[in-house]
Amino acid sequence: MKKIFAGVALGGLMALSGSLYAADYQIDKEGQHAFINFKTGHMGFSMLHGRFNDFDGTFSWDAENPENSKVNVTINTASVDSNHAERDKHLRSDDFLNVAKHPQATFVSTGVEVTGENTAKVTGDFTFNGVTKPVVIDARFVGEGDDPWGGYRAGFEGTTSIKLADYDVSMDLGPASAVVELDLTIEGIRQ
Amino acid sequence: MQLRNSQQRYGLVAIVLHWLVALAVIGLAILGLWMTDLSYYSPYYRSAPFWHKSIGITLAAVLVLRLLWRWGNPRPAHLPNHKRWEISVAGVVHGLLYLMLLVIVLSGYLISTATGQGISVFGWFEIPASITGLPSQADRAGAVHYWVAIAVLGLAALHALGALKHHFLDRDDTLRRMLGMRAR
Repeated sequence: MKKIFAGVALGGLMALSGSLYAADYQIDKEGQHAFINFKTGHMGFSMLHGRFNDFDGTFSWDAENPENSKVNVTINTASVDSNHAERDKHLRSDDFLNVAKHPQATFVSTGVEVTGENTAKVTGDFTFNGVTKPVVIDARFVGEGDDPWGGYRAGFEGTTSIKLADYDVSMDLGPASAVVELDLTIEGIRQ
Repeated sequence: MQLRNSQQRYGLVAIVLHWLVALAVIGLAILGLWMTDLSYYSPYYRSAPFWHKSIGITLAAVLVLRLLWRWGNPRPAHLPNHKRWEISVAGVVHGLLYLMLLVIVLSGYLISTATGQGISVFGWFEIPASITGLPSQADRAGAVHYWVAIAVLGLAALHALGALKHHFLDRDDTLRRMLGMRAR
């Protein structure tokens, strides 16, 4: 009897603990409420936009202790999409993404520094084209709560930028295209 | 010189189509290898692929025309000195050249139209996309396009070597016939 009581109490505690401790979230890939967009300059005339269509990841998030949060994303770089078949083919080649040799890019967070009510700097290791370098994502917490379908969701936005030369991208498109800005939106479903 | 083939010789149309295709294939191969290595700041970065695609689509039409002409005309007979193995090797090489050239133009088309863009032909008109969105279509079609093109260059070299052998070693009329020259 005692054992059963202890079990129920523990179960109840665990149910409550969702709001007390960091919970694990899976990026909503099925409903595709996550976006990894990029843009870079085109010779100083305009910006070129593109995105990665295939990526997945997890994060842990605790609104009470945001600095304990973690995020982990893997991108299949062959899914690059700039709305132009010939350019995408070129982007996948060893001039740029080198997807045959390095099919995946990853981001693994190493620390979170809260900077405001809903903002933080998320530091992590970004691996791309076989090169790992630290990057800092300026992140913003957008919202969390119950969704209408029985799940619990939390979502974030972030921006960062990388220098292509830092990641051994061999083709030089000129100064306007040396830096690529990344725009990230992730929404996760609590597990 | 007659336009149509006879039992003995090639007509003018078959001869012109043969050399036109030879010129286009060699030119497209050189242009293709050169243009894919251009820097982004080359003045030809945009125009070279435009010409490559325009000429390539034209070549596809010429190939179809050439096959129709071949089937609608008498086949000049093999020369009496041609050996049986030469005739069968030449037959296989000719068949493969046609087949591989068709594969090359088709795969080239599938690269450029992979996500629905059409192909402009000399700016006169546009060939619309049809098959789009296959898994990594542009990359796979690109690999086929490149390797079959390399193979065709090898096969064309063999084809040319065969013609030169007939001309200089066998001293027969195989090559002269395709140049529209009289029998010696």
